Amino acid sequence: MTKEWFYQHKLGLLGLLVVILAIGLLASCDRSEEGGSSTAQTTGLSADANALAQERGFTPDDVYAALKTYMPTGELDPYIMFASGGQGGQVLVIGVPSMRILKVIGVFTPEPWQGYGYGGSSNEVLAGGFMDEEHPLLWGDTHHPSISETNGEYDGKFLFINDKANARLAIIDLRDFETKQLIKNPNAINDHGGAFVTPNTEYVIEGPQYAAPIGWEYASLDDYNAQYRGLITFWKFDRVTGRVDESKSFQIELPPYWQDLCDAGKGPSEGWIFCNSFNTELATGGVELGNPPFEAGTTKNDTDYLHIINWKAAEEVYNAGKYEMINGIAVISLQTAIDEKLLYFTPEPKSPHGADVTPGGEYIVVGGKLDPHVTIYSFDKIMKAIEGGGLDTDVYGVPVIPLDASMEAQVELGLGPLHTVFDDKGYAYTSLFLDSAVARWALGGPYADKHPEDGWTLVQKLPVHYNIGHITAAEGDTATPDGQFVVALNKWSIDRFANVGPLLPQNFQLVDISRTGDQMKLLYDMPIGMAEPHYAQIIKADKLQPFEVYPEIGWNPETMSVDPNGIKTPEEARVERNGDTVEVWMAVIRSHFTPERVELKEGDHVIWHLTNLERTRDATHGFALSGYNINLSLEPGETQTVEFDATQPGTYTFYCTEFCSALHLEMLGYFLVEPKE
Amino acid sequence: MFDSDVKVVLPDGSTHRLMDYLLPSALLMLGALLLVVSIFLPYWSMTMEAPQYPQGLHVDVYVNRLEGDMREIDALNHYLGMPVLNEGGQLERSISVVSIITLGLLLLAAVFVHNRWAAVLALPAILFPLVFVADLWWILYQYGHSIDPSSALGGAIEPFTPPIIGRGTVAQFATVGQFEIGFYLALAAVGVILVGLWFHRRAYKPVQDARERMKTAVPTPLS
Repeated sequence: MTKEWFYQHKLGLLGLLVVILAIGLLASCDRSEEGGSSTAQTTGLSADANALAQERGFTPDDVYAALKTYMPTGELDPYIMFASGGQGGQVLVIGVPSMRILKVIGVFTPEPWQGYGYGGSSNEVLAGGFMDEEHPLLWGDTHHPSISETNGEYDGKFLFINDKANARLAIIDLRDFETKQLIKNPNAINDHGGAFVTPNTEYVIEGPQYAAPIGWEYASLDDYNAQYRGLITFWKFDRVTGRVDESKSFQIELPPYWQDLCDAGKGPSEGWIFCNSFNTELATGGVELGNPPFEAGTTKNDTDYLHIINWKAAEEVYNAGKYEMINGIAVISLQTAIDEKLLYFTPEPKSPHGADVTPGGEYIVVGGKLDPHVTIYSFDKIMKAIEGGGLDTDVYGVPVIPLDASMEAQVELGLGPLHTVFDDKGYAYTSLFLDSAVARWALGGPYADKHPEDGWTLVQKLPVHYNIGHITAAEGDTATPDGQFVVALNKWSIDRFANVGPLLPQNFQLVDISRTGDQMKLLYDMPIGMAEPHYAQIIKADKLQPFEVYPEIGWNPETMSVDPNGIKTPEEARVERNGDTVEVWMAVIRSHFTPERVELKEGDHVIWHLTNLERTRDATHGFALSGYNINLSLEPGETQTVEFDATQPGTYTFYCTEFCSALHLEMLGYFLVEPKE
Repeated sequence: MFDSDVKVVLPDGSTHRLMDYLLPSALLMLGALLLVVSIFLPYWSMTMEAPQYPQGLHVDVYVNRLEGDMREIDALNHYLGMPVLNEGGQLERSISVVSIITLGLLLLAAVFVHNRWAAVLALPAILFPLVFVADLWWILYQYGHSIDPSSALGGAIEPFTPPIIGRGTVAQFATVGQFEIGFYLALAAVGVILVGLWFHRRAYKPVQDARERMKTAVPTPLS
């Protein structure tokens, strides 16, 4: 936390201090007065505030939580959380600690409020993620957002997220918080362990989930062992273009073990990535045939394999040309990966979940899921075991490091440990799905002297509501976490919110982790009534420096440069006919379109360029054309082009869909399509 | 310093300090310098305040140009049918730089004119701030009285003149006018020039007087 932050919030902090002191006072009063009221009698509050706290039956903890999260109007959150929008296919932008939703970014799903997918260049972005021209995909299951990093720290420039349902990757440019690229994985049909980035965002990595033949070719499940594979993709990211370059990307073939979640090493472990897996049983389901269902078949073994992959060596293997091109992308075969020492395994109990690297890069933490422990692996020990050689292999020939040669510690946390994030005080936080709790536990090794507890011990379990999946902390998976806050991303909310019918919102619960020991406190419940988010990342707000308005009039958000079809003044607005093609250059500024009448003939091809000439923050105009499924959002300075055939004759209106001025209703025009003879 | 041991001998043989002659020249030149520098600084500004503009809208007026949020103000003013800000005072702005440099050159010329005509040469520079204010008022008057009745809200407001100093109100906007550093430099130049002229007179009046005395004096008879 910067000095500036303290200055900006000195009043708030002062108030907080008063309240904390008051609560302390109250607590001591409570001890001395038998049967004293448990509601807040905070001497630091005004009589009104006190009365209100009494009336609502607030405990001192409630008052603390309220003061910790309340943002007076005009105050900005110090942190921004990017949360996956789950099967809604979007990304949510949320202020922390107020937990106010700031934006929904359309990613894999058309999002009309942003004009995303209703004409304009966003249609091409969406089309980039289609199976092919005849097979559009108009939703996605966003799982794991990943902010671009420099030296293992979030740099706030780009955001990446995967679509589990279809194995796709999306890139959002954080200059305008808009999706710039969707890319369909040419060889995988679903994914999970992504997106995550290498410490300098050299690669955006998309890890696999359910095995399938490469290129999802048809293959009988009887041929599972021979034909089905896992496939991890290293998308080469170009910061200048803000796109991944498929021609410089590569994939590594993996056994069909259902790799799950991954993380990149940093510091001493930079150059390596780690993925857990959960179907080393090679179960193929078929409960209807009398086979064990997947849920049983995949959980038979006591251990699965943590995958340890040397991506820097893989990059050299790729550069040396030791790959095969499959469907337009380089694939390093499993045998090459083994021969070139790219891939190692070590056992992990039991159908685990999550693989999270500690801030310093020394350890990898894997949640037991069906085992009450987290297992902590030492990167140093892994390297020594690899150098020592003489390792046995699995059935596919991949060397396996014995657990006792790679493990640093195990900590028993409770039931259903899944994901782990970190703070600045040497604590780790693990979500416990079955216990519905957040476990705070003390790291050992170089982290042991940062906290009063012994290393590798459980410190506190805080109940959350309910069924926590992922967990995220402020800058919690960077090289230098911030502490302060953890958010529990709960899958069920049950009774936490008013009943809105059988489909319930998810519950994001904000947790205060600013104090050491067993002082974690629940602060706030935030309903997510639009999808089931998975992972989220929290970045310091001052690392984000988005445009206030687009830098120049005529800005094309797709190319991030001035569009040749942008116009600078209403005088340049015009309509030109060339054969059956009618091209419109339209100026958009409060509170009129120029031209206001567009008249043409049925069957004409229309190319319609629109430029918002505004330079004022928030002076966005919409452009909705009735009957033609067109709705654009034109932010100040933005130019968009829609292209369509005027196949429906008649009288249509177009109007501004974003309330812009007192004369917003008057901001309209007529689109007249004269019928053919 | 300033050659204090050097004396100036007037035609009648009386002496003055060299400083008496350097000072008015220096002050007049300083006045010229202040004027020229003021070209690069804003003379006047207008700030418009409204609820939906938490930072306000601000225009700095220089002698030859405008800077600031004219684009947004124009965008709003089109509803009222008011002219574009940049159209105001086109003539004045086009000749302002040359004019001010001319004022400066006249001041420099005054340094070399050692009689009352020096004050005449300095007069335009002395009057300049007054001319600026009068012209600004005229431009603002025209601006507020050129409402296009065919605009969206053209009939909704009465013609008005935005205040040169202080606060006025147009619709939900409070407009605040105030002079800026450039104007104060021009005012300072006036002060410096007036003081310079006073010293100019104090230095050169005795020269004139000495000449007069020489002309009217009875020649000393040769003895």
